[in-house]
Parts: sequence; structure tokens; C-alpha cells
Amino acid sequence: MRLTDDEKRMLDGGEGEAVAAAMDLLVRYGEVLGAERLVDTDNVCGANIFGPRQFALCGAGAAHGGSGGAAAAVFAELSLDSPRPLELTPVRVQSYQLIGPMDTVNWQVQGLSQQAHDLIAESESYSARHGIHLMNTCTPYQVGNVPVKGEHCAWMESSAVVYINSVLGARTNCEGRESAAAAMLTGKIPYWGYHLPENRYGTHLVEVSVPVTSDRDWGLLGYYVGELVQEGVPVLDGRGEGSFTPNLVRLKHFGAAAASSGGVEMYHLPGVTAEAATVDEAFGPRGRPGSAEAIRYGPAERRWTYEQLNHTATDTHVDLVMIGCPHATLSQIRDVCRLLAGRRVHPDTALWVFTPRAIRQVAEQNGYGDALRAAGAVLMSDTCPAIGQFLPPGTRVIATDSAKQAHYLPAIMKVQGWFGSTAECVDAAVTGTWRGSAP
Amino acid sequence: MTAQVIELRGRGLGGGAVEGEALVTREAISGWGGIDPATGSVIESRHELCGVSFKDRILVFPGAKGSSGWSGMFHLARLAGTAPRAMVFNHLNTKIALGIVVTHVPAVTDLDQDPLTVIETGDHVLVDADTGLVRVTRRAALAPAGR
Repeated sequence: MRLTDDEKRMLDGGEGEAVAAAMDLLVRYGEVLGAERLVDTDNVCGANIFGPRQFALCGAGAAHGGSGGAAAAVFAELSLDSPRPLELTPVRVQSYQLIGPMDTVNWQVQGLSQQAHDLIAESESYSARHGIHLMNTCTPYQVGNVPVKGEHCAWMESSAVVYINSVLGARTNCEGRESAAAAMLTGKIPYWGYHLPENRYGTHLVEVSVPVTSDRDWGLLGYYVGELVQEGVPVLDGRGEGSFTPNLVRLKHFGAAAASSGGVEMYHLPGVTAEAATVDEAFGPRGRPGSAEAIRYGPAERRWTYEQLNHTATDTHVDLVMIGCPHATLSQIRDVCRLLAGRRVHPDTALWVFTPRAIRQVAEQNGYGDALRAAGAVLMSDTCPAIGQFLPPGTRVIATDSAKQAHYLPAIMKVQGWFGSTAECVDAAVTGTWRGSAP
Repeated sequence: MTAQVIELRGRGLGGGAVEGEALVTREAISGWGGIDPATGSVIESRHELCGVSFKDRILVFPGAKGSSGWSGMFHLARLAGTAPRAMVFNHLNTKIALGIVVTHVPAVTDLDQDPLTVIETGDHVLVDADTGLVRVTRRAALAPAGR
């Protein structure tokens, strides 16, 4: 890989040992990718908050009392692939923490011990002291980090990557913890994949022949498309009766689902997303595929997808209803409050709503927090059950309006998972029973 | 009995050479939400290897899929001592590239034959990331029928 003079200086230790370790990691990573060079970035989202399990694996467990030294050792190993602690300098470029393991307000609801809380808090504080903004959400694009079209970014979090590439036209690959941390310290990332304009054109045409209007519809379509195109760049074409009504929430669900069943990091919804006004423009020099090669999405495919998403569930008694994957917008929180409409959550069921810390503050200001608590629900931020690996004690069955959460949570937490609309989920929270039905 | 030895050549990644027993899957693997680093097992419920551990084996698979936590989970698997000994795969993306870097294992991709077709679970495999060589010794040759 070709390095510029400033990159060589970083590699040789001219900017300190942590920057040198970061540059070494980027060079090793770039060489495996086959990248020819690095590109400058001033917008990085990563994940550097660690819990007891990671501290223990790095030999920096509770025995060390969660001291700053332990946090440094864990950051060096897990964020920079360095077996020894490093003298960490402040991050060079705009850097943001994605979703983490702990809600700093409701950590006891999560079942965390005081000791676990203290370790995670120390890890969080270590990031903040080095200049990483504690956004603590999987959706930075809804709380103040909105990249512009063409901006080179280095983001983790597959649902956020697909959103900023497609909807906003920013340029990022799906980075991992170590490459994102290295980018924070160096302002560099391999120039590869979706950083190159020629890789951003469509690869698959998806002809949609059913209306795609509700949040649930968009999640189902995304899950189906991801399953079929895997890492391709799908182009959605609504045919005749197929009417699209996208908005932030629906495209958030669509992208998250497509990045879960497959590895979609970029798609085009011509006329809506940033880089194509028409289907032909979306395919660019690759050329529009013939209709015979198109993927079709109609009632049968929608039904199949619904069954895939519900295949882990048989018991209709629901222990937990989870809303907010990816993190809920203010409008989704409002919707849950309206659906509850004076009713209370069933005594045997929990209703947890997850949102970014910043949006929680507005939700509290607007009275949504009080409304949820009055109904017996919990408004949480910073984390989610899949990332933090927590559920109410004894949970066997969950329900969610997120295809992504329905995909991951049963695998991670060994529970049954129902997928349905937000209204069906709130109904399950109030009655304790899943009564959802296929579209 | 003739020992069945097959050689594949590709692009070596990460460097180093190891030998071990192959674990082959035709399905891409998720890291975060797809494996348990404590045991090295696949946990994705719809995966054909669900419940099977890749610890100390030569993992032969199409590639990495799913969450951006792929490298992070294989990084934890290395620290927990449950990582595969090497990786042989077809499709390169950022997830597996970074995963190889932080797992510190040799890997080979871009092979001249499809490793998913040629290699079978249980075969003895040498992976040399310095030269891009993958040498496969058939399980049948190692343990004749009736033994």
C-alpha cells in the first residue's frame, strides 16, 4: 500500500505510540483488502465501551478495581489490537461512540451489578477523556451526526452504514471496532469498496408489486432483499400498484433488515435516495438488468419473509416487548404512547423502548417518559438487549417491531421472537399475548 | 491406498502457516450475533453449523456476513482461546479482512478451485499464507473405512 509522508510519519511513531499502533493496524487491514492507499476522513463512529467480560478477557478484570490503567489496557487490546497498554493521545478527528452496553439511568433494570456498572462507566469515561463523543446510539444520523453527500466516513454499525451510504450519499464501508478506532486516531481509512464511486452503482433490480407503506412493510421488504442480494446493491422499483411511502423510520427499518439477513451496505430507491433519480441512473455504467433477471417481491415473497422472521416463536405468552431497533425516533416514542392510550402493560410482561440519549431528553421534556412510566413501560437509552445482552429475568418469549432485532435476539439470548407491527407489539405488551397476524 | 492430496493456490493473507482439521460450511458466518466467543460455536439459529465449534480447526467458508461486530467477536474468540486455527474463504469484505488482522491467523482467498467443493469437513489441511498454498489430505486417506 502506498503511504503519504504524513502516514509514514504516523507509522514510524512521530505522532506517538498509539497513533503508530493505529496506523500499523490500518496498513495490515488495507493490505488484506488489497487497497492501494488510505483516504482522509473527519467522521468516525466506533464502539469502545467495554464491560466485565471484555475486561476479564484482557486480564484487566474487577481485580484491578476498574482503574484507568485497566480501561487503557482494554482499549489498547480490543480497539487497537495492541497486547500492551498504550499512551493514548486524544482522537485526531470527529469521533463518536455508537450504541454501548449500558443505560446509565436504568442500569439496574438491566440487571447489572454495581461492579459491572463501575467498569462500564470507567470505560465510557476513558473514551470521553480522549475526545470520543458519547452519542451512544446506533443512529447517530438522527442526533447530530449527519454526513453530507460524498463525505468520506469510517462508520461501524451495519444499519447506520447502509443509511448514510444510501439515503445521504456519504461514503463508508462497514468498518469494525479496530479499524474505526484506528481511524479516530489517524483520520485515515483504506480507500476501498464504497469509497470508490464505481462500486456504488446498483447490482440487482428489485421489482416490487405490493404496496410498501407501513414500518412493518419496509422491514419485511428489507429482510427479503438482503436475503437475496447478500452484499449486492439493490435498486428498488415500485411497479404500478406498488406504492412506496418512505420516511426516516421506514428506511431505518429497511436498511437494518437488509443488513441483517444479508450484508447490504448500499441501495438505491430512485427519486428518494441520494445518488439516483431514476432506475437507469442507479445502475450507471453497469447497465440496467433485464426484467427476466429482476428479483420480484409480491404477496408470496412477503408472506415467506414474515414466516422466516417468526420461525423461532411458538408460545403466544410474551415476556418482553422491545421497541427501538434501530434506536427509536421521537415519532416512534409518540406512537407507542398513543397506542397505549391510558392502558397499562400486563403485569407478566415488560415493555422497553430504546432511543438515543439525546432523544430521551426531549421525550422526557414532552411528557412521553412520564406517559410510558405511568403505563408500566420503561424508556431506555444508550443500549439495547442484543448489544447489552440483557432481558427481564425468566424471559422466554420476546416480541418486536424490528426485523433486525427479531433476527438477532433469539440467537444471542436463546429466546423465541415474534415480529409484527408496532401496534401488534403494544397490544402484546398490554394483553401479555401475541395476537399478530401475517400480512 | 493412494493418499489423496489436493493442492489449491490463492492469495495468502496475514502470513504464517498452520495445519489442522477442516470444518467446512457453504453458509457465510455472522460474527456478532452469529458466534459465541466463549466456546467458538456458531449460534445463528438458521445456520447449518449452529452449535458446532470452530475452535482450533481450519474454517472453510464463503465469507463473513452480518453486523460490523464481526472482527470484534473473532478478536474476543482469540483472547478466549476459541479462534479457528486458519481461515480459507471465497468472498473478501471489510468484515473478514479486519477479522483476519485481529484474529492473528493465516488465511487464503481467491483460490484456483472452490475450497467449499474440494475440501470436506474432517480433511487434514495445511494453510500457508506466505505462499497462498492450501494442501488438503483427504480424511479417507487418513482413516480408511473399517478402522
